[in-house]
Amino acid sequence: MSAKKRGLQTVYFLNPPALVSWASFVGPKEGEGPWGDSFDVKLDNYLLGKKTWEQAESKLLQDTVTMAMSKKGWSIDEAEVLLAGDLLNQTASANFAARLLKIPFLGLYGACSTMAESLILGAMLLDGGFYQRVIAATSSHHFSAERQFRFAVEQGVQRTPSAQWTATASGAAVLEAGSPGPKITAATIGKIADMGQTDANNMGAAMAPAAADTIKMHLKDMELAPDYYDLIITGDLGSVGAALLRQFFARDGLVPPPNYSDCGILLYDEKQDVHAGASGCGCSAAMLCGPLLAKMQRGEINKLLFVGTGALMSPTTMFQGESIPGIAHAVAIENI
Amino acid sequence: MNMPQNEELQQAEAAEYESLVKQVNPKPTYIKNSLWAFVIGGLICMTGQIITNNLIKSGMEVKAAGSITSVTLIFLAALFTGLGLYDELAKRAGAGTIVPITGFANAIVASAMEFKREGYIFGVGAKIFAVAGPTLVFGFVISVIIGLIKVIAG
Repeated sequence: MSAKKRGLQTVYFLNPPALVSWASFVGPKEGEGPWGDSFDVKLDNYLLGKKTWEQAESKLLQDTVTMAMSKKGWSIDEAEVLLAGDLLNQTASANFAARLLKIPFLGLYGACSTMAESLILGAMLLDGGFYQRVIAATSSHHFSAERQFRFAVEQGVQRTPSAQWTATASGAAVLEAGSPGPKITAATIGKIADMGQTDANNMGAAMAPAAADTIKMHLKDMELAPDYYDLIITGDLGSVGAALLRQFFARDGLVPPPNYSDCGILLYDEKQDVHAGASGCGCSAAMLCGPLLAKMQRGEINKLLFVGTGALMSPTTMFQGESIPGIAHAVAIENI
Repeated sequence: MNMPQNEELQQAEAAEYESLVKQVNPKPTYIKNSLWAFVIGGLICMTGQIITNNLIKSGMEVKAAGSITSVTLIFLAALFTGLGLYDELAKRAGAGTIVPITGFANAIVASAMEFKREGYIFGVGAKIFAVAGPTLVFGFVISVIIGLIKVIAG
């Protein structure tokens, strides 16, 4: 086995890359949520001065990446490669952001697990010795996602209680080899889990089995106790998915149960009429690159397991009767 | 293990998970939703009835009054959709706002507004009936069937 591999699915970084700078942008609704003040920028409108939702999302991602670099006084071309993705077809937002950023670009799609995916691949590129400084970023926009996956903005529909609200949010993190800062120490690449869920209004249920499997495999591969991490946080399972995941923890015999929470539950206030919570690539990206990494910097959290969760839903195959495949990737971030 | 057994196991696991999901899933607030649908749907229909009655009182034929009532309700629904109010109402009233003719108008106007950014041909033109299309198709099918029944049954 490779010196950097642990168990079946986990990679272990011999020279753990550091998160040296990060930035997060959120939309107006997300800004009103309980963590509103922990993000770098709270937008006051959804269009960002653009004509379409797609252009707005692209600008959102571009601005977040630029800010993550400028916080350290770096210009954008001082990053060697950008790993980014979003929810739109052909990852349009990331492509158009990269068009203007003009740095080498690897586009990724992992639905809402994309932030974890980009962090893992970025960390591998650094530990592999290919690069010195890379950026991992993702975005989502409520209205660009709605029109692609669900309904027109003004269409009158009643959402089911298990439905989640795609967040308008974006997060970007700059990773460096051998610098001070919270380190990415290990990562577990998840398998697709599909338990036959077909309800597009219940993404949490589609993703929970994948999250359970990845967390279980991570702890097993790394030979860690379930309570090793100060916090295990999933991307966007929402209240339904998180409740299901807790059931899986019990089934898989994870005792003592992990200190667990979910970005999708945290992003909004219960009063904000979002039903089961937040979803979207930007939800976990902004929560990580906003409150969570700030807490790590302050030493309030020292061991974090960030588990990006994605429902790989295709509207085409869904109408053809296919179920929704779920995926989850885990990134261990530690102050060492 | 051969393939059929494997598939059976998967199906059993999926069924077990499905029942767990059902347990965890929050139930919709059926009574509250029904009351909202009844009141708002009722108010929309009552508005229509008031318009019809007034038109008939002012000497219009019943058939013409009905047509004008439909057109008026469609206009009002389109207006409220454009003002961004119809979806706020529908969020609570559900079928009460979707089933009446106003729901049909909302589906068309909302699609037209949403896809205007792709232009008048590939956007508005191509997508305007994206939601309302099935209603039209099956409306036509049913009207043909009813027409045939009328012809056959005399």
